[in-house]
Amino acid sequence: MQREQLELLKTLQALEFTALDLSLYLNTHPGDQRALTDYSNVMCEVNRVRQLYTMNYGPLTAEDSVNQPVWRWAQDPWPWDLDYRE
Amino acid sequence: MWHYEKKLQYPAKVGKADLKMAKYLITQYGGPDGELAAALRYLNQRYSMPTNQTKAVLNDIGTEELAHLEIIATLVHQLTRCATAEQMRAVDLGGHYADHDHALFYVDATGNPWTATYIQAKGDPVADLHEDMAAEQKARATYQWLIDLTDDPDLKDTLNFLRVREIVHFQRFGETLDIVQESQSCKHLF
Repeated sequence: MQREQLELLKTLQALEFTALDLSLYLNTHPGDQRALTDYSNVMCEVNRVRQLYTMNYGPLTAEDSVNQPVWRWAQDPWPWDLDYRE
Repeated sequence: MWHYEKKLQYPAKVGKADLKMAKYLITQYGGPDGELAAALRYLNQRYSMPTNQTKAVLNDIGTEELAHLEIIATLVHQLTRCATAEQMRAVDLGGHYADHDHALFYVDATGNPWTATYIQAKGDPVADLHEDMAAEQKARATYQWLIDLTDDPDLKDTLNFLRVREIVHFQRFGETLDIVQESQSCKHLF
C-alpha cells in the first residue's frame, strides 16, 4: 500500500474507532451531553475523511460505487491482502 | 442487516514470518474464548434481552467482534499464505495442511473445531450478562498469553489493541448488568 493511502486509511480507522467507542459508551450513558457532542464532532470528521479516502482510493462499501466508469468494488484488493507496515 | 466496509478496524501488522504464532493465534479465530464465539454469543443473546438498551449493547459489541474476527483472520492469513508444506509440518501445522491446505478454519490452538458448546443463551439477562463478562475476561487473558508468546512488536501492537477492547467490552457489559438489576429490583418494590 502506498504511504499516502496508508496514512489516510489509518486516520480514517482512528476516527471511525473513536466514533464506535463513543457509541458503545453512549449505549449505557445515553444522556451524557459531552459524549453526545464528541460523537457529533467526530462523525463530521469521519464523513469528511471517508469521502476524501473513497474519492482517491476507491469504494469502502458497495454503495459507494455510484457514478463510476468501472465496478471497482470487485477489482480493488481486500483488507486481509494488504500490508499495513510503514 | 449489516453493511460491509472494505477495511479492517485496525491496521493488523505482522512484522516477521513466525509461522508458529499462526498456530497459536488461530485460537482467537475458532477457539473457546475466540472472536467467533464472542460474536455468535452476543448476536444470538440479543433476542431475549429485556430492553431496547440491552439489545443495543449486545448488537453493537457482537458486531465489533466480527471486525475483530477479521483482524485475527488477516494475521493468520498473512503468517501462513507463503508457507510450504514442509514449513507447516515443522511447526506442527501438518495436520492443518492435510485438512485445509492454506485455508483458515475455525479451530483452537490444538486443532479442535469450533463448537456451539463454547457459548450459551440462558434467556435470563442476569445469567447471560455474567457469561458475557466472563467471556471478555477470558479473551483478555488469552490475548495476554498470545502477547507473551511473541517477540514481534508489530504483532504485539495489534494483539494489544484487541486485548484492550476486551476490557472496554467488560466495562460496558458490567454497566448493562447494573441497569438490568436496578430495573428488576424496582419491579419488586411494593
